[in-house]
Amino acid sequence: MASTSAVTGADQIFILLRDWLVHLLPSALRPAASVVLGAIAIVAVFPGLFALTTVFERKGLGRMQNRLGPNRVGPYGFFQPIADGIKALTKEDVVPFRADAMVHFLAPLVLLVTVFMGFAVLPVGRNMQLVDMDSGLLFFFAMGAATELSVFMAGWSSRNKYSMLGAMRAVAQMISYEVALLLSSVTVVMIAGSLSLTEIVDAQNQYTGIFPHWYIFTPWGLASFLMFSIAATAETNRSPFDLPEGESEIVAGYHTEYSGFKFAIFFVAEYLAMFALSGMGATLFLGGWSAPLKFLGFIPSWIWFFLKVMCAIFIFIWMRGTLPRLRQDQLMNFAWKFALPFTLLNLLVTALWRFMGAGWLRWVVCAAILAGAYVFMGRMGMHRKHIGPRSYRYAE
Amino acid sequence: MHVVFFLIAALTLGGALAAVLLKNTVHCALAVTLAFLGHALLFLRLDAQFAGFAQILIYIGAVAILVVFAILLTRGSEAPASGIFSKTWLLGLLIAAAVFAVLGWSIIESARALAVDSAAPQVTVHDIGVALVGRYVLPLEIVALLLTAATIGAVIVALHEKERPR
Repeated sequence: MASTSAVTGADQIFILLRDWLVHLLPSALRPAASVVLGAIAIVAVFPGLFALTTVFERKGLGRMQNRLGPNRVGPYGFFQPIADGIKALTKEDVVPFRADAMVHFLAPLVLLVTVFMGFAVLPVGRNMQLVDMDSGLLFFFAMGAATELSVFMAGWSSRNKYSMLGAMRAVAQMISYEVALLLSSVTVVMIAGSLSLTEIVDAQNQYTGIFPHWYIFTPWGLASFLMFSIAATAETNRSPFDLPEGESEIVAGYHTEYSGFKFAIFFVAEYLAMFALSGMGATLFLGGWSAPLKFLGFIPSWIWFFLKVMCAIFIFIWMRGTLPRLRQDQLMNFAWKFALPFTLLNLLVTALWRFMGAGWLRWVVCAAILAGAYVFMGRMGMHRKHIGPRSYRYAE
Repeated sequence: MHVVFFLIAALTLGGALAAVLLKNTVHCALAVTLAFLGHALLFLRLDAQFAGFAQILIYIGAVAILVVFAILLTRGSEAPASGIFSKTWLLGLLIAAAVFAVLGWSIIESARALAVDSAAPQVTVHDIGVALVGRYVLPLEIVALLLTAATIGAVIVALHEKERPR
């Protein structure tokens, strides 16, 4: 079923702009030009968003930690990212003497390219998708998997113990949580019946009364969304899963030996990966670019998409300011002993949901199974831990 | 059109050759990843999206990482003193040539068996899914069983060994 809200000019403004620009060219160049314009838009918009996010993050963290945050460059410190960018560009690029120069140089480039590729299939608005692939979801995760190798390349080529340890941690963590990430996305594919992100958004862009048919509003969808969010946090090495960059233990992990602009590339790539995964989460579970209530459909679709992404980014920052870092064994235990069985069970529940037909019964059954499994597995996991009041030897 | 094919072929062959000829084992692993990428691009050029992306996801995302981890966890990545070629390289060459001959022969034969002007089939991911759980459900289940057995085996290998009284 097509979307019910009216398509306005403001909604399609970027498409119209692109078509107008493309029509200035001879017709032989038009298809290539339209792709190039789309790519330029992605390469311009998301790093711009990154610059904004760094300010918001530092201001927000400052507020949570009862301090001011950046406040010297420009009004309220909002030009800080420009100063940081100039600093990164003009810094000396130091490559360790023993480093593997070729691999050391390639690692940040491979990382940035693979991260940018993921945006190609993300529908950021109605008709606003660079490539509408039949298997767009698979493409996105294939590109995500390719980033792991670049992290390894960075850590290994630096010839530094801390870099190597950081890279090993990062790769182990990314592989473990990728399982949960993929399995929680598969539930959406099972219900939507397609790997195409356009069709997944279309399936959610329907309304009962004023409420949307987003997948997060179903028992299996909520469980998948929570698992997806946790796995996405781990996949992007964000706090509380930032062990690969644990400053107190291994300096800065796999990018310890990078300086100047190469370090900036790692920094950008981390945030771009956050945007990509937030966008994917919004597309899979929060209806992509569709409006949260039917009568809000007059607001352009791309505004909704970026609002959802920025809400997710805010939660990322909030978690960073709130939660302490996990230990390596806690990280692995959670991935393999809780996240994996829970997502596998969720697959079964989703199949049940699919074949029980419409009605209230499937809501009760699916919710009961998931809630029961959550409580049972949580209890089992905590059973032998003996967590009680702590006593500290020298701090009482 | 052929230019793209030859570029991809050069990338694949170059990666494969580098994987054999380079001295540093980690460099070899990275070069073989390049060859995997070339394969994926070839699949994509044949309009086989699913196979191409699955190739990237599995071979670059998992197999290459596994190879690299195996190299790092076993021994140093420096080349051994005895050179990078095994003593039985002639036998290896013969086996590789034989495999290549069989594959090449079967491809040439299949090209003769098919009608020359038959159009390339349009296969969507949906068709692949239907075929997997329809006609090919038994092979799928066998593969699933094999993988489960392998997983259980890996867990048993990794288990803590109990102290055995002697």
